[in-house]
Amino acid sequence: MLRIDGISKRFGETDVLSGISADIEQGEFFTIIGPSGAGKSTLLRLINLLDTPTGGSISLDGISIHSDRSLEVRRRMGMVFQKPAVFKSTVYENIALGLRFRHEPESRIKEKVSESLDLVQLGGFEGRKAVTLSGGEMQRVAIARVMVTDPDLLLLDEPTANLDPVSVGVIEDLIIRINREFGTTIIMSTHDMFQGQRLAHRMGVMVDGTFAQIGTSREIFTTPHDRYVARFVGIENLIDGIISSTDGGIATIDAGGVKVQVVTPLSAGNRVTVCLRPEDIAVGLHPDHAESVRNVLQGTVVSITAMGPLTRLTLDCGIRLVAVVTWKAAEELGIEDGSTISASFKATAAHVLPLSR
Amino acid sequence: MNEIVSGFLTALHLIITLDPEVIEISIRSIVISLTATLIGALIAIPIGATITFSEFPGKRGLVSFIQTLYALPTVLVGLFVFLLISRAGPFGFLRLLFTPEGMIIAQTILILPILIGLTISALSNIDPMIRDTLHSLGATRIQFLRSIVSEARYAIMAAVVLGFGRAISEVGAAIMIGGNIKGHTRVLTTAISLETSMGNISVSIALGIILLLIALVINLLLAIVQNR
Repeated sequence: MLRIDGISKRFGETDVLSGISADIEQGEFFTIIGPSGAGKSTLLRLINLLDTPTGGSISLDGISIHSDRSLEVRRRMGMVFQKPAVFKSTVYENIALGLRFRHEPESRIKEKVSESLDLVQLGGFEGRKAVTLSGGEMQRVAIARVMVTDPDLLLLDEPTANLDPVSVGVIEDLIIRINREFGTTIIMSTHDMFQGQRLAHRMGVMVDGTFAQIGTSREIFTTPHDRYVARFVGIENLIDGIISSTDGGIATIDAGGVKVQVVTPLSAGNRVTVCLRPEDIAVGLHPDHAESVRNVLQGTVVSITAMGPLTRLTLDCGIRLVAVVTWKAAEELGIEDGSTISASFKATAAHVLPLSR
Repeated sequence: MNEIVSGFLTALHLIITLDPEVIEISIRSIVISLTATLIGALIAIPIGATITFSEFPGKRGLVSFIQTLYALPTVLVGLFVFLLISRAGPFGFLRLLFTPEGMIIAQTILILPILIGLTISALSNIDPMIRDTLHSLGATRIQFLRSIVSEARYAIMAAVVLGFGRAISEVGAAIMIGGNIKGHTRVLTTAISLETSMGNISVSIALGIILLLIALVINLLLAIVQNR
């Protein structure tokens, strides 16, 4: 439906986007995830014709939107911005605006505004002054204002970034419904990878103005393409080493003297980074806590950080490892700073990246 | 001191008894200045909006120039309009000199810079998010300008009220173009000027009080609209 082909955008001396490409399918919910300043908003603004690209093209059903720039193309899309923006008028007038621009008759406007207010669960708010609403309510008005125009493509620029958790929940439910029930194609940016995972069919991880990886959340969480994506999706253990030998698909990696065994098709001699999630590391007091597991490393606890129901442990096992246990388990094991422990993980738990990438 | 006190008393008497000449002069003042303000606003708001949302070389310079003209001396406007509409001038055939219409033209020219300049700053203060939202909703250029002016309506109204205040309180252009002809072009300011020079202090004070009352009423109306 939407093809982004080598889009670049330069502001002064800064390349905000450098040759970004993606294909969005009809009816898809696609999230752009990445840290603040990665270029997410810029890409959405370019799609919505609010800015002009320095290079490349974006086409909507085969029409190159920036050479066309017609009102018809623009009116097929709608965008909701990070900061809720409402006009100094009633909720009714706010939502009616896009329909008034399209010269819809008043009776139709009335009907559509009422429908859309029900959709965003603000039924009966027609006569309220929009500027007196809470942030979450304003954002729902903004969504209703876009939805009355029946967009084929809905663009959401971090729509929940400034809202409280309850409003975030309401808006997430709402946009899921819009996608699943109305079949509206959605492209949403967020810096919250879990939100991306909750909502989207596919996500693109944006780094320095380009997609480092595009895929389903499962692909991105389990097989990141590079160290950056790995870090962004919460893989805290990135162990650099050289494959010293391989045996039936299992490689032994020498990481500065510490040997770990992982599953990888790469052959001996390759420099690699082993990606390992803290959740995939088991911690016990004695090596025999994990008999059938290939990797069992002895070490000491360097630091302990409480994280709600979990406890995050930094371990020195010759290599530095971060592991997560429930605080109850940490208590039962009597873990404290300097405790001697044994950490273990399966050869299949790790994801191996060639270091050059 | 005595003169001022008795002047005040006579002034109140003139106002309370609705002295016909005072009322006539006041109404003429309001009609002329209100007309000039409305014509000025109709010209200034589209020009201000166009300048705000167009990019062209020299835009900053133009805006600075407009702001400089806020302080345009009224006698200069009077002179300028006089040269245009006096018998020998290019528009002399219209016979506008010493008419209320001529005064309206002069006052309109006088307040245009304020109206244009303050419209530009009112529109520039609108959140860029609102502009983006309008474009995103598929507004045409005209629809965009109309909506953004509506969004800035309170600030623009304040500008219009300020313009009206400058129009109704100026005396230089009114006297040069209108000529202070009794029953025809005599307005509050020119009457005050004349009566004071003739020693009729109480009439001047009465007219002055009325001038202030008009300004007060207009500002109260604006405040009511803005707080609605």
